[in-house]
This record gives sequence, C-alpha cells and structure tokens, in this order.
Amino acid sequence: MYHKEKSIQIKNSASALYNNLGVLRIAPRSLTYFTVVHANVVNMVSASWDGLNYSHRQLQSKEPNVATSTSLIMQAAFCALPSRDLLVVTSQKGIQIYESDGSTMVYWHALDTPDTPTDQAVFARGISAVGNSYICVGDSSGSILVFDVPSKGSNITLSDVLKGHKKSITDIASECSGSQDCIADLISADDGGNLCVWKSGEEFQRFNNIPGFDISCTSVKLWKGTAVAGYGTGQIRLYEAVTGILHAEVNAHARWIYSLDIAPFSGLLLSAAEDSLVRVWHLSIKPESLSVEVAHLHNECVTDTQICGAKFCDGDGHAFAVTGYDLSEIIRYTQS
Amino acid sequence: MSSRTLPLLFVNLGGEMLYILDQRLRAQNIPADKAKKVMNDIISTMFNKKFLDELFKPQELYSKKALRTVFDRLAHASIMRLNQASMDKLYDLMTMAFKYQVLLCPRPKDILLVSFNHMDAIKEFVKDIPCILTQVDETYQQLIQIYTNLSSGEFQLIRQTLLIFFQDMHIRVSIFLKDKVQNSNGRFVLPTSGPVPYGTKVPGLIRMFSCTGKEVSRLQFNNGGNYNAAIREGSFEIFGDRVTKLGTNMYSVSRPVETLMSGTSTNSAQHAKVNMAPNPLAKEELNLLARLMGGLEVQKPGNADNGFRVNLFATDEEEEEAFISRPDELSYGVIKIQATQDQQASAELAKIMGEFSQSGDQSPIVSSKGDDLLAMMDGL
Repeated sequence: MYHKEKSIQIKNSASALYNNLGVLRIAPRSLTYFTVVHANVVNMVSASWDGLNYSHRQLQSKEPNVATSTSLIMQAAFCALPSRDLLVVTSQKGIQIYESDGSTMVYWHALDTPDTPTDQAVFARGISAVGNSYICVGDSSGSILVFDVPSKGSNITLSDVLKGHKKSITDIASECSGSQDCIADLISADDGGNLCVWKSGEEFQRFNNIPGFDISCTSVKLWKGTAVAGYGTGQIRLYEAVTGILHAEVNAHARWIYSLDIAPFSGLLLSAAEDSLVRVWHLSIKPESLSVEVAHLHNECVTDTQICGAKFCDGDGHAFAVTGYDLSEIIRYTQS
Repeated sequence: MSSRTLPLLFVNLGGEMLYILDQRLRAQNIPADKAKKVMNDIISTMFNKKFLDELFKPQELYSKKALRTVFDRLAHASIMRLNQASMDKLYDLMTMAFKYQVLLCPRPKDILLVSFNHMDAIKEFVKDIPCILTQVDETYQQLIQIYTNLSSGEFQLIRQTLLIFFQDMHIRVSIFLKDKVQNSNGRFVLPTSGPVPYGTKVPGLIRMFSCTGKEVSRLQFNNGGNYNAAIREGSFEIFGDRVTKLGTNMYSVSRPVETLMSGTSTNSAQHAKVNMAPNPLAKEELNLLARLMGGLEVQKPGNADNGFRVNLFATDEEEEEAFISRPDELSYGVIKIQATQDQQASAELAKIMGEFSQSGDQSPIVSSKGDDLLAMMDGL
C-alpha cells in the first residue's frame, strides 16, 4: 500500500518526545516544511516537492537569562490559521512563536518557573490552532493558554487560561478551522488519560470531560466530531467527543503510542509507537447508526527504532513521514 | 525536564560501575581483602548521607561532563587507581549498559525495577558490613518513598529525560554484540516479539460498540510481530522478585569486559556538536558539583604498598593504545576538581564561590566570581 521513499537527513537526531514531527505543506511554493526536536534545538527542513532542494535551519530554545539551565524543548508544531501560518515551540521556560519559515520570532511567553526546582516539572506542551485566530498551548500544571493572533504582525495576546485538567497536558488538537458548524472544535489530553472537549470563541466553553484510566493519553485528534486518542498502554480509543460515548477500542501497539495523525479528506489514521511500528487505519462514520468503523490497512516497521513522530504530508494521506529516537533522518513513505 | 531523574541515573550508573570493577578486580587477581576494601569504600562513599541529600533534591540533570566528574571521584574513593583510558572505558560501559536498560524497559515504571536490581546487588556486596548496609537500606526507603507513587506519565518524563542524556551514544560493547542485543552500528536491537508490558494487551484486536455500549463487532488484524501476553509484575518493595533481568550483573569471569572503539565515529559528529557547544550551564553546575563533592571524601593515596592500579584493558599496552587513539569527539573533557581532595583548599574554594561560609550561610553567586572559578578549575 505504501513504499519507502528517500529519507531526508537532518542535522541532529530526534529526541524521545511525544508528537515529535511537525509538517506544513505549502502548495503555492511546492514545498513542505518539517520540524524535529533535538534537546534544546528545533531542526527545520524545507523540502521541495521535486526532491531536488533541501534547506535547513535550526532554532534554539530561548532562555531568559544565561545563568539558568538550558531549556529543553518539549514540542514544535505548525499552526495553520486562515490568515497565516505560524510555528510554535514549547519548552521548559516558555512558548516561542515564529513565522512559519522560522525566520523571525514574533512572540515570547515566559512560564512561571520557580527559582529552585520543585518535584513538579515545569514546561509547556500541547499545541494547536483553533477557530479563526486562536493558538492553544498546554502546560505541565494542566492549564491551557489561549493566545489571540492578529492576521499580521506580532501583537499576539494571551486572552484566556482554560482550566479543565489536573495533570500535565500532553497534546491538543482541533478541527473545523474557519467554519462554524462544529459543536466542539478543540480537544485536549493529559497525563492521566483525561480528555476535555471545548468550543472555541471569545469565551471558550468546555463541553465534555472524558475520564481516563490513569494511563497517559499521549496523542489526540479530532475528526468529524470523533475524538481519537492514543495511550501509554498501546491502545487507541475512539469516542464521540461531545457525549463521551466509546465507539471503538483498538489494541493497537505493544508499547507507548507516541503519535497519531489523521488525513481529514480520506479518514486515514496513522499511529506510531515505541514498538517500532507505524500503522495505517481507515476510519469511516456510518451515518445511519452514528457509529464509527475502524479498519486496519497497513504496517511499517522501522527496525530497532522507537518512533516518536509520524504525520501525513497531505490531507488525503497520500504520503507520511516518520521520526525516531536517535535517528537523524525523516523517513518518508508514499502510496504505491 | 523531570527534576527527579538524577538519583535514578546515579544509582544505576553506580551499580554498573560496581559490576565492572568487581569483575576487573577478580580478573586481575587483586587480593580478596584489597578488592573488598575497594568495593566497600566506593559503596560507602556512594551512599554517604550528605551526598545523597544533595542528589535527591529536585534538580535538572547534570551534563555528561559533570556527571563523569562525579564518577571519576567515586572510582577513586579508595586505594584503587585508574588511568584516564581505563576510566573512559569504564564510563563508556556504564553509560551504554544503562542506556540499553532504559531503552529496553517495557514500561517506563520498570526503570524503578532496574534500579532495584542494582540496589539488590549493591546490598549483596556489603551484606556483612552493618554500617554500610544501613546506608543502603535508607536509600531504598528514599527511593520507594519518592518513586513508587509516581504516575506512568511522570515515569515516562523521567525516561525521556534519561534518553536525552544518552542521545547519540552508540559505543559498541562486545558483550552486547555477542549476545546480539546490539548491532554492529552500535544501535540496540528492539525486538517486535516477546511478552508485552504489564498493563498492555497483545496488539491485534479492534472492538466496535453501539451507542448503548454493547460490543457490536470484533476484528483481528496482523500485528506484524510475534507477541505474547504480559508476565507478572515485579516487586516494588524493599525485598522481592523484580522479574526483569535488566539491571542484573551481566559480567562474569567467562564474559569479560571489553569495548570496541574503532568504527564508532559514524554519529560522533552529531555527538560532538551537542557536547562542544559552549555551556552556559557550567557555572551553576560547578556550584552544584562542589556542593555534591563536599560530601565525597576521598582517601589519601596512602603508602605505595596499599594502593594499586586497575586496568580495564587486557594489557598495559592496550590501555596506552586506547588512550592515544580515542577519537576527540568521544572525550569527556573531565573537570579536574582535585582541589577538593585537600580539606583546607576545599573550604577556600567554597568561600570563593560564596556559596558556603565557615558558619554555613548561603549567599548568591556573583557571575564574575563564577568566571574566576571556572578558570581556576580548568587550570587544575
């Protein structure tokens, strides 16, 4: 179904972090941007679709003052809003927002870090664009910071702090960007496996809480009102987001799931885990019974690698890319 | 990332170090009483209360350089001496062994079981010496108190922090190569077979439900591997069957300690880039280190008869050769803090840093003093 393509070499190896691959497709310029986090650096590659041009850039985590320790980056992800694309980088010290090519930093938000470390780690993690102009970022205390983004320039403001989680945020996802017909358009997940479902707006509303089982939900996606969540037990669960009804449960992987992605136009689901496997599934919604069906389509094994990032490169799922711990390349697969 | 990582890193690396030294002391036919003295002195120093109090404070992980300095010191806590090449090799083996254990742990929480395997073995080494045994037991209690109630997510954060520490290390260890757990490119074998972790189900089943919660269909899929059900969970108590073999002693007289240095430079360019970058952490780290080292009392070498040298290589010539041919990018750039061996100089040092006065007050460090300190340390 898929075959391996030429890999893209990156300057550093990927660190073992959840959802450690960012992909932004820039159709007008026939380019795709990729981001991979290595400790305190984000490796960015811009790859031309003809496979002939690759350019690299590295972004460092920002430290408010040199005397304090290096700030490790937890995640880097692209946020595609109707008016603009931005790159968000979250670390132990705060949140950096760049233009999507990484050329300029347009905003910096510092987290409250205590002078001496406590046993509760401090960091920001979980990034998603939502609605017309919002970027949501989670933190280790379970709060979600909502930033209001103007269509141009750097006048980004913190407009809200959502409380709904008691454990550290692991991932945030959204759907229906720009359109109005979603009951809920944002979902957040935490280290206890709890999911919160929200509707964005001037005032964000919490629609639902789907409780977890004390197992971390490491990656979450929202598609056609269905929440798709990956857990540390290797299970994937599909819920109807606003009601919390369980549609399906998949014993998908033998180790911690590190990354999920959905190709919205085709309903393809990608899951990747520490067990070296990437799996492709198909989701279909049956309108008559309002149920969701899951079918397994394909496996790829990245030998001797704990996978930490996997994303489709386009909305149809024609191609996907994968990163692994200690691997200095982005492995690509294309449909045959 | 996790501020709870350092104690686990220290206990596990320390445990591996003891396995290796124990094997080398036997292989070199060091007299039993001297060998025992070395092991006891090192274990006693490792579990020194003041030292452990510092270690267990919530803090970020030290750099490789800083941690190497601590272990250098620890290895010399007794009458045994190691040359630079042997110390390098010892550290390589310790770190690659623990990297292997962290990677292969089925669940992040299993790192605690690996730590208990090391602790169990350390306890066995000193079982006849009540005062050291007490120190070890107290440390068990501390580990149990701090770690047994951490969530799976917090353990995964600890694991991720450790994996960043071990990033890009691919030194080939001949015992691993022989057992086929490491490939010739230095990467560990991650099998897609065997028991799944405790709490995970064997992949292969899709269950779909109706709105009322009734299961409406089941589908099987090919999981691409050869898995079986999880085995029982190991014990997290002070005594018990840990179940996992990770963290137990893999060396013996018939399976000696060796590393291969040739051909390890494939990823070392990246390795170098991370290590050689100017480290703004250095000043703060040095302060932490000096506080930590304050608790590590080093024995005076004593008279020539008592002290002896241990070689991690088969012959002196091999050791010399290894020293000369070690690739630059794999050097640890150890900070020599010999000043702390001398009690008086140590007090002086502390005063200069402004961290501790004679009466034990703590005052903040001014950065220019930090620079002087750095220069002073490098010059030792």
